[in-house]
Amino acid sequence: MTLSNQVLSEVEYNVVGKRPVRPDGVDKVTGRAQYGADVKLTGLLHAKVLRSPHPHARIRSIDTGKAEALPGVKAVITAKDLPFAALSREELGGDYNRLKFASDHMLASDKVLYKGHPVAAVAAVNAHVAESALALIEVDYEPLEAVVDVRAAMRDDAPLLHAELRTSSMGEIGDKPSNVAAHLSYEKGDVEQGFGEADVVVERELTTASVHQGYIEPHNSTAFWNTDGQLNLWTSTQGAFAVRAAVADVLRLPVSRIKVTPMEIGGGFGGKITAYLDAIAATLSQKAGAPVKQLMTRAEVFEASGPAPGSWMKVKVGAKNDGRLTAVQLEVAMDAGAYPGSPVMQAMTCAFACYDVENGKVDGYDVVVNKPKTAAYRAPGSPQAAFGVETVMDELCQQLGLDPIDFRLLNAAKEGTRRIEGPVARRIGFVECLEAARDHDHYRTPPEGENSGRGVAAGYWMNRGFQSSCVITVNFDGTVSLIMGSVDIGGTRASIAQQAAETLGIAYEDVKPMVVDTDSIGFTFITGGSRTSFATGLAAIEAAESVKAQMVSRAAKIWDAAEDDVEYADGAVRHKSDPELRLGFKDLARQLATTGGTVAGQSNVDPAGEGNSYAVHLADVQVDPDTGKTEVTRYTAIQDAGKAVHPSYVEGQIQGGAVQGIGWALNEEYYFDNSGRMMNPTFLDYRMPTSLDLPMIDTVIVEVANSGHPYGVRGVGEVPIVPPMAAIANGIHEATGLRLRSLPMTPGKILEEQWERNGG
Amino acid sequence: MPGVVHVQAKINGEDTNFLCEPRQSLLEVLRDVLGMTGTKEGCNDGNCGACTVVLDGRIVDSCLVLGVEAQGREVQTIEGMASPGGLHPLQQSFLENAALQCGICTPGFLLASRALLDAEPDADEGRIRHWLAGNLCRCTGYDKIVRAVIQVSTAPEK
Amino acid sequence: MAKVYIPTMLQTLTGGVKQIECQGRNVRQIIDGLEAQYPGIKARLVEDGEIRSNLAVAIDGDVARMGMLERVGETSEVHFVPAIGGG
Repeated sequence: MTLSNQVLSEVEYNVVGKRPVRPDGVDKVTGRAQYGADVKLTGLLHAKVLRSPHPHARIRSIDTGKAEALPGVKAVITAKDLPFAALSREELGGDYNRLKFASDHMLASDKVLYKGHPVAAVAAVNAHVAESALALIEVDYEPLEAVVDVRAAMRDDAPLLHAELRTSSMGEIGDKPSNVAAHLSYEKGDVEQGFGEADVVVERELTTASVHQGYIEPHNSTAFWNTDGQLNLWTSTQGAFAVRAAVADVLRLPVSRIKVTPMEIGGGFGGKITAYLDAIAATLSQKAGAPVKQLMTRAEVFEASGPAPGSWMKVKVGAKNDGRLTAVQLEVAMDAGAYPGSPVMQAMTCAFACYDVENGKVDGYDVVVNKPKTAAYRAPGSPQAAFGVETVMDELCQQLGLDPIDFRLLNAAKEGTRRIEGPVARRIGFVECLEAARDHDHYRTPPEGENSGRGVAAGYWMNRGFQSSCVITVNFDGTVSLIMGSVDIGGTRASIAQQAAETLGIAYEDVKPMVVDTDSIGFTFITGGSRTSFATGLAAIEAAESVKAQMVSRAAKIWDAAEDDVEYADGAVRHKSDPELRLGFKDLARQLATTGGTVAGQSNVDPAGEGNSYAVHLADVQVDPDTGKTEVTRYTAIQDAGKAVHPSYVEGQIQGGAVQGIGWALNEEYYFDNSGRMMNPTFLDYRMPTSLDLPMIDTVIVEVANSGHPYGVRGVGEVPIVPPMAAIANGIHEATGLRLRSLPMTPGKILEEQWERNGG
Repeated sequence: MPGVVHVQAKINGEDTNFLCEPRQSLLEVLRDVLGMTGTKEGCNDGNCGACTVVLDGRIVDSCLVLGVEAQGREVQTIEGMASPGGLHPLQQSFLENAALQCGICTPGFLLASRALLDAEPDADEGRIRHWLAGNLCRCTGYDKIVRAVIQVSTAPEK
Repeated sequence: MAKVYIPTMLQTLTGGVKQIECQGRNVRQIIDGLEAQYPGIKARLVEDGEIRSNLAVAIDGDVARMGMLERVGETSEVHFVPAIGGG
């Protein structure tokens, strides 16, 4: 830890809050960790997917005959091989549309809805043969007009993606087909009245582009459909149980027939929740009678997984001259990609969660377009909303002549603040984050260099709980095995093991955490939603508490004492009234074999009380007036972690999220040609930040304990990506006087704004 | 089916013989023919650095090198970085500095960093950032990676 | 009596009423109580016996883990909020 990374702790623990080496660390620095692409099985076949070259087309016919005849090809499948093809509308009833979308997303039946949409798949003796076979599949397409812009897709005359999709307005179904899948609206107070009371009102329209999660490991899946009907899957996923459910749904199998083994995962950020390949690999394996491995290429990752939605927003805020907000309003439309389900509701919920304001209204539209179906991406929906809200708030501050942190302190959400959608905030740490930002050396030192500026922006993510399971088994030498269902993307083996060790009062090194398959642990929700260290942590704590109770019972047996007279404290059991009777955890563990056998604690939790997270970011930028290029010269991210279980990995989450946000702000974007085809599906043309583009990302971890967790833990993974775009936009404004209202803020856009201001 | 070629190379100091198709990349050969899966594929077009290996002393993206090009040459991969006695100082520093999250880019970063410090033991932050710009990491924001390399470097300012 | 907040989009069914007091020990009873006062509102909140998939019920700020079976306290606040996952 250096001064660049501060932790403002008020409570110290023995293990929680320390920075031990992660249990999977050695395997990952020596290349021994087994990721999905590393799976080897005897007789393994390799699969490739034929994908649509059109963003929107009807499939007239598919002829796989020549591909099947190619030597080395073992199986070819199309949508006809999926169970949906044999199911009737009558059988499925109200579930018809949902299953059609799920099945067509795996393999298109009647229409393709984005460039890259799977239409057929081949398993062959190696990937080269499979690829050769793809070229022999003949698909007759009838190309249709495509729409990729969210606003264009909402027009009455827009090409329709789904003939049967109608707008649902909280259960009220529209009277004609539409690309707008859903409209939701929430209001608190009376915005008309609130804006009427305002001295200053700012209203702006903004847009953001589609961006990709950008995990370095492409999607992969290996399937073996055994002759006994058991399906085994080895895959890269944020949630083995989510894959099992998705595959069971599309393949109409009982979950007991499917075992999913989550391999090490090479990044996800929300993009590895959807099971893109697993049902395809499984169906190929069933047909070929052999295990099948399938890897996406990087182009496939871009064109057929993720992305996060593009969006359009109208933000309106009003305040009195003293800076007090009187009303806020957001209208936001997000593209869901080919099938409904954008994170627009998250955008609505998060947009104004930093502010305590009497009157507010949010309207959101979930819109299908001819892009790959959007996937979650770190705090899904919130970054787009924050770009809109936090840049407009900055403009309001500018008009009122107020310091952006003072303005936010004046209007900050705090315990008791009622959100627009209704519920009231518990103890949250937004004010503490703002104060830490105000008092930070960064904020007290002017930005350096010519054409430079500083931006401030805040962010919110609600965090999630959901179900987790853990099993802790005590070995006779006093070490414990900790079995969990939460996939480890960024150090959660360590953070869960730390919480188990803390609760048991034993050394971190004595806890051996393991992530296991879906047959070996109870249901556990995805690693995502900033839930794992919180919810799976609680599961580990509960399992540890069960172990403690059993250890007390064993000691009582050994001492021939009543259980009530024995207590567990500081990693030992002791008799409450006889100080002579005390057994350390390891000493007692040695006696387990002769007092009834091993002790195991098991837990299933579905906790409430997740505790919201807030962040404030400071970004210094320098804008080259000749090229329009923006450089981030100094960056500080402040965040309430409740209690940082492993501060280094909390810092890592903050730094990684901030840098993804910097990429989103300045470079990253799906470019589409006029027909709706993505033009830049490589890391060369889809430009993510490199080490050379960045300064160190300084962090301040604020710790305002979450009352819903014994150590005060709040989720930390998502909120760091929320403020950067607005912070940088506000910095660019201070540096140049220009207000950029469209992401990304590329050199070209900055130059155009400059030319426009200077009269061409 | 194209014919296979017999290739002799030195891999992590061991004389190694393998058969590969002329169209197979060195990355494919390492992973699929030799079973050395520590070298990772991130893009297969030379833009992410996850498959970085050292070929005759120079770092290369192994996805951009053909397997047959290894003939008579020396290849170093992540599997050869630690010694029986323990981890390389960079591996240890990555662990202690939490310089990895998902770990998929880590082998590439380690090999690239070692190549830098072998040539320039006193590389400073600017030099390290410049050198590692060919390796993408999406998890860490590079901060802790750069710090881990600085810690092993002998640069005066830390 | 629990305090039930009517979602903005359903206030057309309540004649503009934004908040009502409702008797019920769990969410199911609360919704039945709502339906008794404002016929048609249940169909907008419930589908196949469960809360609509894109909605959730929050009781005193906590999203109900057990949906229709979640306990509602004597003085609880009940909100129908967007159902939200994360990344």
